Amino acid sequence: MKRSRYALLIATLLWTLPFQTHATPTVTPPQVIEHYSSIAYANYSDTLSSAKVLQSTINDFLAKPNAETQQAAKTAWLKARHIYSQTEVFRFGNPNVDEWEGRVNAWPLDEGLIDYVKTDAYEHEDGNKFATANIIAGTEPITAERLQSYQEKGGSEANVAIGYHAIEFLLWGQDLNDDPKQSGQRSYSDYLKDNNCTHGNCERRAEYLKTVTDLLVDDLETMVKDWEPNQNNYRKSFTALDESEAIRRMFFGMGSLSLGELAGQRMNVALIAHSQEDEHSCFSDNTHDDIRQNIQGIQNIYLGRYVKADGTTLEGVSLAQLVNSKNASADTELQNKLADSLKKAEAIVKTAQDGVAFDQQIAADATYNAQVKATIDALKNQTAAIEAAATAVGVQNLNPEPLEAE
Amino acid sequence: MRGLSLLVALSCSTSLYASMAEKAPDLRLSGGATTTFDKSVNAFSLPASNMSILRRDQFFIGNAFFTQPWVSAPSSTTARDGLGPLFNSNSCQGCHTKDGRGQPPQSREDTHFTSLIRLSTPPTTADHQVVLQTLGVVPEPNYGDQLQPVAIQGVPAEGKPVVEYETIKGQFKDGSPYELLKPKLSITDLKYGALQPSTLLSMRVAPVMVGMGLLEAVPEAAILAFADPNDKNGDGISGRPNKVWNIKTQQSQLGRFGWKASQPTVAQQTAGAFHGDIGITSSLFPAQSCMPQQTDCLAAPEGGKPEVSDEILSQVTFYASTLAVPARRTVTDPQVQAGQVIFNKSTCASCHIPHYVTGKTVGFPELEHQSIQPFTDLLLHDMGDGLADSRPDFAATGSEWRTPPLWGIGMIEKVNGHTRFLHDGRARNLMEAVLWHGGEAENAKQAVLQLKAEERDALIVFLNSL
Repeated sequence: MKRSRYALLIATLLWTLPFQTHATPTVTPPQVIEHYSSIAYANYSDTLSSAKVLQSTINDFLAKPNAETQQAAKTAWLKARHIYSQTEVFRFGNPNVDEWEGRVNAWPLDEGLIDYVKTDAYEHEDGNKFATANIIAGTEPITAERLQSYQEKGGSEANVAIGYHAIEFLLWGQDLNDDPKQSGQRSYSDYLKDNNCTHGNCERRAEYLKTVTDLLVDDLETMVKDWEPNQNNYRKSFTALDESEAIRRMFFGMGSLSLGELAGQRMNVALIAHSQEDEHSCFSDNTHDDIRQNIQGIQNIYLGRYVKADGTTLEGVSLAQLVNSKNASADTELQNKLADSLKKAEAIVKTAQDGVAFDQQIAADATYNAQVKATIDALKNQTAAIEAAATAVGVQNLNPEPLEAE
Repeated sequence: MRGLSLLVALSCSTSLYASMAEKAPDLRLSGGATTTFDKSVNAFSLPASNMSILRRDQFFIGNAFFTQPWVSAPSSTTARDGLGPLFNSNSCQGCHTKDGRGQPPQSREDTHFTSLIRLSTPPTTADHQVVLQTLGVVPEPNYGDQLQPVAIQGVPAEGKPVVEYETIKGQFKDGSPYELLKPKLSITDLKYGALQPSTLLSMRVAPVMVGMGLLEAVPEAAILAFADPNDKNGDGISGRPNKVWNIKTQQSQLGRFGWKASQPTVAQQTAGAFHGDIGITSSLFPAQSCMPQQTDCLAAPEGGKPEVSDEILSQVTFYASTLAVPARRTVTDPQVQAGQVIFNKSTCASCHIPHYVTGKTVGFPELEHQSIQPFTDLLLHDMGDGLADSRPDFAATGSEWRTPPLWGIGMIEKVNGHTRFLHDGRARNLMEAVLWHGGEAENAKQAVLQLKAEERDALIVFLNSL
């Protein structure tokens, strides 16, 4: 039911947008740039709010660990991701997001750095001296500074000690797939005090989970501040950029997420390797939602339309209108491709909701490989349309000029 | 050709091969339009800056297979199983940390290190001569052509390298003392019998990954133009091309990659590293790297035939070909400029050729017609007894080494947290690396020994700007 309503919405947008554009012929790049910044601010603000809910459910869970409070924390994590995943379209183009992103969303992670693992189900790089460090079983004080110091320690990107996926591992645990339908099966008893504690070090584990969750909230606060209007911040410098450079950053972010990151690193690698080790949210089996919401984020930016967490819609002058004013067919083409990739991703979501998680959809010989591949292909086509739309508004080269960094 | 001043050499290569370059190269753009201005620990890990977003999925897919560990067969992770049975590391990134440079083992207890030991024996039979045509060396009969100090469960690892250092003292002309470490290499815990007494050992650290596709795109004629195998101009510098075997074309060809230029292409270098370092077979190297009497190794399950598919191999090759070269920093600093003058006057630039323009290269539009500054001639030079490993490889003699590119050398400390240089990482800083130069580079080293302290500083500051 939900799906068909969405499809209808897209269809409506497809039909109405060009007419709207003709009705408002004075779409200017500064309006588009301003509205893009407003969506960033709204989306990061929602992300922060959802992380605060996560923080409070985790505090409740740690105060009184049981199956119910653990489930509440997991549900809050899934909701928080649903909102966060849309913001990833702001990476790549915006250096402030790009530099910060690893603190909240780094993956894949060598979870043995953080806590106990089932050794025969744990793959890690030989050269990573910290892959079995097990911070929780250690003795060093668990502080935000200490955990941050483990990020990429020793040069291995798999050393991820903080962010959403560290929290995910601490809530769900390794996904051992004893039953393919299951995600990670960590018990709340890993957080019980005294003799009821399972796997040892429950107090340190609780301390870790609390510290890393507080840190996530702090990090998201930083990003909200970066996009707050009328402040001396990134948004100010972004909106003061040469118009074509700001527009280039928007398209570059959309295209980079669409193909290199999502279709390539997140989906195709996992599909080629048939390996859950290569999927994005591997502990919680939430990868299908990450994928769909990444695509949703790209669409938000192009259509200038973001549905906030409270259900209201933020709508304004869009890239689509700007493209349409220069080249209507480039706009139609991109809108069609965006609708198509979202439709293809919905199939992955539907299958996951029906009990076949993404890690099973990518398994060798799985009949669902085809729908994953179809989404990858749709994202490739979408990226070509993104490039064409950028060209239509005068962005000849989507790549950053090398000299700009100086 | 050899011995012409830098300016003449530059104009020569420019007139012949640089018709595309209309203006003087921007000194910062070491890799032309591929150059990245990132100065962080990620400086070696980024895609060519001019790569279209429509091609970046290949880069990131290659990156994932470069980074993620391979596992023992059989495994549900079918595309990444087949590790070993004998190997050095379970991932590329394991030695090429952050796509950067490796170093020698730090202690006897060091079980994982970012360098490896090559093994071979001198050719003595007619059969050996045949082997040399395609392998370049005669593998040690029990251990093959590389020590693999790690193995999967149930297979004995080959042995452990031991490096001991002897301190050599010397001084500059102004009386300032220096110390060098001369390594002595041996192997303990040999599990497959003794090494043949005549075995030749050579330690090699993992090299920085950037710019390899650009080096492959340098026209062969541009490289051969600098060769002077018989030192006809009498400047003491020969410069010889290595001629190595291309497995795909089944022909001899100019070698460009590896410490002795023993690999012709990035693709073959990549497949060779999969095979020798991780124990992964490919269409180019279809047989497991087990010697005939390594029966456990031969009996171990394989992760498919071959273990890395052509599709994945081509993605990793794409990745290795298109890693961006970091931009030079501080090129307008007077000390850096003074250092470059000293570099040229000391004749370093006779072999560390600063500038080329790449030609056409099939499948890599971002690498074509780029004005690049790798500081190498990709040729072999006799570097004297001090550096000799006495282990020939194809046309390279036991004292010859390929001039290594210097681009990115000043970023290694930032990315990898160490400053160990030369093929076996014996030099603890750039000046020690310079002071190990001998043979054809003896005159250059002598020139450096004459320098005053501030000139030496300028030279190092220049090198660190690369």
